[in-house]
Amino acid sequence: MALAQAKLDLTETRLAELPPPSAEAVWATEARAAAVARVRAMGLPTRRDEYWKFTDPATLTQAAAPRAAVFEAEGETPLYTDIDRLKLVFVDGVFDPEQSDDLALEGVEIEHLSDALNKDIHWARDLFGVLEARGQDPVDRPLAALNTGFATDGIVIRATAKVEKPISFVYLHRADTSDATMHHLVRVESGAEVTVLENGPAAARFNKCMEIDVADGGAFHHVRAQGRDHERRAVTHMFARLGAGSAYKSFSLTANGAMTRNEHVIELTGDDAIAHVAGAAMGDGANAPFHHDDTVFVTHDAQRCESRQVFKKVLRNGAEGVFQGKILVKPDAQKTDGYQISQALLLDEDSSFQAKPELEIYADDVQCSHGSTTGAIDETALYYLRSRGVPESEATDLLVLAFLAEAIDEIEDPRLQDDIRSRLDQWLSRRRRG
Amino acid sequence: MLEIKNLHVKLEEEDKQILKGVDLTVEAGKVHAIMGPNGSGKSTLSYVLSGRDGYTVTDGAATLGGADLLDMDPEERAAAGLFLAFQYPVEIPGVGNMTFLRTALNAQRKARGEEEISAGDFLKLIRAKAKDLQIDADMLKRPVNVGFSGGEKKRNEILQMALLEPKMCILDETDSGLDVDAMKLVSEGVNALRDEGRGFLVITHYQRLLDHIRPDVVHIMSDGRIVKTGGPELALEVEKNGYADILEEVA
Repeated sequence: MALAQAKLDLTETRLAELPPPSAEAVWATEARAAAVARVRAMGLPTRRDEYWKFTDPATLTQAAAPRAAVFEAEGETPLYTDIDRLKLVFVDGVFDPEQSDDLALEGVEIEHLSDALNKDIHWARDLFGVLEARGQDPVDRPLAALNTGFATDGIVIRATAKVEKPISFVYLHRADTSDATMHHLVRVESGAEVTVLENGPAAARFNKCMEIDVADGGAFHHVRAQGRDHERRAVTHMFARLGAGSAYKSFSLTANGAMTRNEHVIELTGDDAIAHVAGAAMGDGANAPFHHDDTVFVTHDAQRCESRQVFKKVLRNGAEGVFQGKILVKPDAQKTDGYQISQALLLDEDSSFQAKPELEIYADDVQCSHGSTTGAIDETALYYLRSRGVPESEATDLLVLAFLAEAIDEIEDPRLQDDIRSRLDQWLSRRRRG
Repeated sequence: MLEIKNLHVKLEEEDKQILKGVDLTVEAGKVHAIMGPNGSGKSTLSYVLSGRDGYTVTDGAATLGGADLLDMDPEERAAAGLFLAFQYPVEIPGVGNMTFLRTALNAQRKARGEEEISAGDFLKLIRAKAKDLQIDADMLKRPVNVGFSGGEKKRNEILQMALLEPKMCILDETDSGLDVDAMKLVSEGVNALRDEGRGFLVITHYQRLLDHIRPDVVHIMSDGRIVKTGGPELALEVEKNGYADILEEVA
């Protein structure tokens, strides 16, 4: 079907502004060209697309990144400081060797994306743009294809053993109008295990894509905290393919941000695999707009797999939350266990939450449930706390933390869980002090 | 200590008068009991004094140590020394009991301009208080009142009272949902807190609780008013003859 003229114009204008990638290996050049062809075929998204009904992608597709002031969190220790990790720092989407550890870690091969794409023979060939392309069916994700076509930096990781240290991407934002496009690849070999941490806003506008291929019995863990710059915008995609008995566990914490669209596209292709995705978002529209969209698409294509989606949002002062979550169970995916919950706590009447939970089931012996709730703070609990002397604002924060706890509990590593919890606590108490 | 004068209260949502002129004074060191049939306004009185939403004071006053209670937020009343042991303690999923207790204690200390208690000192303090009420470590770790039995919830209320050391304690039907052993335990907890500087207002349907917590003064409440006041023998009279005789007598 031909694209509408407006969509065509939008797409061509955007493509014309992007610098073509520098010379790369033939396979990489072909993968880039194929991705650009996908973008042209789909066209960039607009509010008229069903998949973008609740989130306006205009600021994500316009040629120049909208300005976003850099947020200075004075006196705050960065996240994960006490965790022994391999730290890789990117400033406005560009790798900074000065602030980063050496690219060397036991149990993994780790390289820059640009190095991998320059090699004639590289394992990345079977992954770069491959899961992204698979993820385009049945729903278009043109911003992910755009990412494959034009990503300028990223890390490729191949885990061959149980990796003790997490690999930590730190995304610093320094320039008001920076526009970063990054693409990471993670291949977890059979029986191997790796943890990837992400932290920071990355840029005024950030388009990030991660493709994760987990072989039989492998495990991938992911904990992310998106930066608190009020005006920053981000669209992120996590494409995962899971082999038999493998695991994918991802948690994201979001506070602030004018625009966030986080997508997970997960295929359970081997029996007995598990996929857990969780998110806690805290939005305040008082100083800048807040819009946060979690979009998840889980495909069960093997037997006895388990998937969980747990998303919680606390919204105030006109903040907007969106959840689109789908569980697709293919005909042979018997004994599937699928669970999905999305909940919003609205602290006032100006804030809003839109949820679109979907189940599409073709197997007959499955267990799938989904739920979505939107509610105000529990007045009785608030009164109880206040009657014990806890001031209203502090009591509200206690209840906010309690509400988000179910999502935070999804983080498997207790150290990371504590780190995220204490961070939230700190943000809330700073907010109270003004 | 607690002085209530001509207190008139109606429901905010509907035009229904619940309290129709309550007069009551609880002196420091004394235990006052309020008894009365269902719907007489006993629980409303406890809610209004602690600052729960949903009620409008249309006339009268309530002061604690001379300070106007009705003008304060619930947390200010708590910091001023008022404590209500709830008839139905509230479950708060996701908030650990220990976190809750420590937050409450520190908030009150802060409001009174005192230093916050350190984590170590708090742990020592709470362990000692919990032991007296046979509250184990597990109950302290669990979310506030979640999955607690009726007896555990009431013991948890008394634990909070013991920790916060209020000047004026209101116990709203603390005996409801308790078996004989639990009632004894809870009463011992309350009795341990009785001292010269502290006043108690014990709201109950039954004489039974008053066997354990011996009141100095007993009030009978009916249709939003205190209709009769007497000594502990008044409670025995209620136990024997029910409310009907007393109400007839004052009508």
